[in-house]
Amino acid sequence: MTELAAMNGEPILSTKGLSKRFGGLVAVSDVSLDLHVGEVHVVIGPNGAGKTTLTNLLSGDLLPTSGQVMFGGRDIAGCTSDHISRLGIGRSYQKTNIFLPFTVFENARLAAQSRTPHALKVFSRAADYAEINQRAGAALEAAGLSHRAQRIAATLSHGEQRQLEIAMCLATQPRVLLLDEPLAGMGPHESQRMVELIKKLTEDHAIMLIEHDMDAVFALAHRLTVMVNGEVLESGTPDEVRSSPAVQLAYLGGEELLHD
Amino acid sequence: MDFAFFLIQLLNGLQYGLLLFLVASGLTLIFGIMGIINLAHGSFYMVGAYLAWSLSSLTGSLTVAILLAIPLTVILGMGLERLLFRHLYQRDHLYQVLLTYGLILVFEELRSLIWGDDVHGVAVPALLNASIPLTENLSYPVYRLAISGVCLLLAAALYLLIQKTRLGMMIRAGASNRDMVQSLGIDIKLIYTLVFALGIALAAFAGMINAPLSSVFRNLGSHVLIICFVVVVIGGIGSVKGAMAASLLIGLAETFGQVLVPEVAGMIVYVLMAVVLVWRPQGLFGKA
Amino acid sequence: MNSSRFAQLLPWFVLGLLALFPLVENTFYMQLLTKVLIMAIFAMSLDLLVGYTGLVSFGHAAYFGLAGYTLALMSPGYEAVSLWWSLPAAIVVCALFALITGMLVLRTRGIYFIMVTLAFAQMLFFVFHDTKLGGGSDGAYIYVKPSMRLGDFELVNLEKAEQFYWLVLFLMAAAYLLLHRVLDSSFGRALLGIKVNEHRMRALGFPVFRYQLASFTLAGSLAGIAGYLAAVQYGFVNPEILSWHQSGAVLMMVILGGMGTLYGAVIGSFAFILLQEVLSNQAWFGAWAKHWQLAMGILIMLVALYLPQGLAGLAQKFRGKPVPESADD
Repeated sequence: MTELAAMNGEPILSTKGLSKRFGGLVAVSDVSLDLHVGEVHVVIGPNGAGKTTLTNLLSGDLLPTSGQVMFGGRDIAGCTSDHISRLGIGRSYQKTNIFLPFTVFENARLAAQSRTPHALKVFSRAADYAEINQRAGAALEAAGLSHRAQRIAATLSHGEQRQLEIAMCLATQPRVLLLDEPLAGMGPHESQRMVELIKKLTEDHAIMLIEHDMDAVFALAHRLTVMVNGEVLESGTPDEVRSSPAVQLAYLGGEELLHD
Repeated sequence: MDFAFFLIQLLNGLQYGLLLFLVASGLTLIFGIMGIINLAHGSFYMVGAYLAWSLSSLTGSLTVAILLAIPLTVILGMGLERLLFRHLYQRDHLYQVLLTYGLILVFEELRSLIWGDDVHGVAVPALLNASIPLTENLSYPVYRLAISGVCLLLAAALYLLIQKTRLGMMIRAGASNRDMVQSLGIDIKLIYTLVFALGIALAAFAGMINAPLSSVFRNLGSHVLIICFVVVVIGGIGSVKGAMAASLLIGLAETFGQVLVPEVAGMIVYVLMAVVLVWRPQGLFGKA
Repeated sequence: MNSSRFAQLLPWFVLGLLALFPLVENTFYMQLLTKVLIMAIFAMSLDLLVGYTGLVSFGHAAYFGLAGYTLALMSPGYEAVSLWWSLPAAIVVCALFALITGMLVLRTRGIYFIMVTLAFAQMLFFVFHDTKLGGGSDGAYIYVKPSMRLGDFELVNLEKAEQFYWLVLFLMAAAYLLLHRVLDSSFGRALLGIKVNEHRMRALGFPVFRYQLASFTLAGSLAGIAGYLAAVQYGFVNPEILSWHQSGAVLMMVILGGMGTLYGAVIGSFAFILLQEVLSNQAWFGAWAKHWQLAMGILIMLVALYLPQGLAGLAQKFRGKPVPESADD
């Protein structure tokens, strides 16, 4: 852990004592973790461990009950989701969250448009902004969806919709990517492509990845955090986590990890 | 303002507020549990008032008229739920608005065809036709007190129904989780029909008992409806408790407003609503 | 001629025919058409909210009526008010009122939004109904219709029905082109995005509230143009012009024509007013004509149940094309 931190310098995003309570239920409790550019920080844990809630706290979809989210030298806990997105933190959703009636290209174009100051120029045709179109096209290209650009998003396969999720996220040109189970429901071929894409993105992004697919987790993770019941059970390099007795006992059951 | 005068206004305000509660609680239950916006809710208030008038002039007794009219409005409510509203549960609010707006027009014209456009008075039942003297020249009508009493009884019954009975439990569960209720094998359709009929009957009953005070006239329901929207917005959608608090607040504000600042009395409730929207957009008792 | 070229030219063709109409008939039917065109502006402004921003306003008559009252209050008794500044003034008043009410109502969503827009419209109703400001429940007269002068030369005199008709037609076309242009811009695309998936737009970094407020204000201003023109046509305003029946009627026009299409709003107002004229025609329906709202109410319910995409959707269904943007989402 110290070794990695030294390698990558200061974290771009870090949480300190982040907690979220819903009435009496503690969904996220005292979570502190760091994200670095060039690293994939994978968060694993059983269903209901609070992983998606954690993502929602970072993206501003939910307001934390207590704790800090430090980004760019300031605490962004309590900022609205649109504000956080504009700061450079992009997210994808576990449940596909796209504009179903629009074309694939329009989905990406809207995402790209969100970064432009001339969004309120009400008399110029949206389709005429070369820079936005180009950015949208590049995001689709990166996500491997260029050939589907003119299809209506609702008609895409499940896997393609997941790719579109990522493309939209990329089109907003974030520095931090929060990916909530991007592989969920994908076939092996599509999964493989997504893993390659995430690998490529790691070069110039800080990525937090929530994932259940252990092959993908160990193919991608530079740093691994295990959450149980809203709390961090263990955090460190994959090797450190793999050898943690607490993790083996509580969650992973050992076997599949040891065999890897 | 001397004390007796103040007391009268206070009682009037409470009575008006309690009456609003009867209409608004049905509205908020239908919103909260069925997810339906019913613009025609005020029309049922109007139907109640007209039934009270026509049946009481037929039978000579308001009490008999009310006893006859309640089952009629329940049947009307159940029928409309089966016939019309059932098709709207899965639809966008837009179409609920449009359909219930059409329903208002139909009700208004049917009223005009059946009962005409004249204003009619309704006699207070003889038993309650008395006043309690407060000072030498101020007194308070027993009938208004009786209305308040009946409304309070109904409010208590509603509270018990929702909090303590099996039906109430189903209603509360239906509000929070439609799929769960259905998976438990509870007939959600039946619950919806019952809730809708209950809401309609409450609104109509309010129209009936208030008929001697308000008289019956065209467009009777629309003012009540919009005030009840304000009540629901202030109280929070789906919250019967909120409906009670907001009804009393609005009842008192309107009543005292008309006495103290008559020129702007009509606007007070909307200003209250604006304040609540700024301060707590989900309503006083609404869930965030 | 291929079909897309035909579709491009059709509006201009219709516009040309409408412009020539007063040469054929310049009394009853021209006035009826004037009314249709005014309501078309009103309906398009609501379509911007309902069909393109996903905001179901049931209080849109407030802005319509407010502009009418603004004109009535500005008209100086027995001479004509200048069109030059009275129309812009009415628009500004409506824009400001829409901006202020928008900031409040846009804090709510769904059913709340519907109720709150209705309640604010009703507040305005009581302002004009209960106070002496606009003549109370009796309303106020505009004794002389506005005119537009350039030095000593009278450019437009709205007392002349043909000139008024052409002005209304011009403004309707201008409103259509303006909205068409705005909706094709980045701003318009963002509005549609908000309608389809508000949550995602926010996550993409769009300040949703500001977009909605801009749309709400623009819609209020356009409704103001319609309300101004309606007040000119009748020479009279009373609280009824901002009643909720007016809000319901214009919503019906939008849905009847086909929301989210702009031209649907024009078709809808045409169809609605035609229906109203037919159903209330005593020569045809005798005593029932007085109760025309009964038939209208039933029609409205049928449209809500069976024609959610309106006449535009019906036409598209017959041509075998899918409706571009589904209404339920």
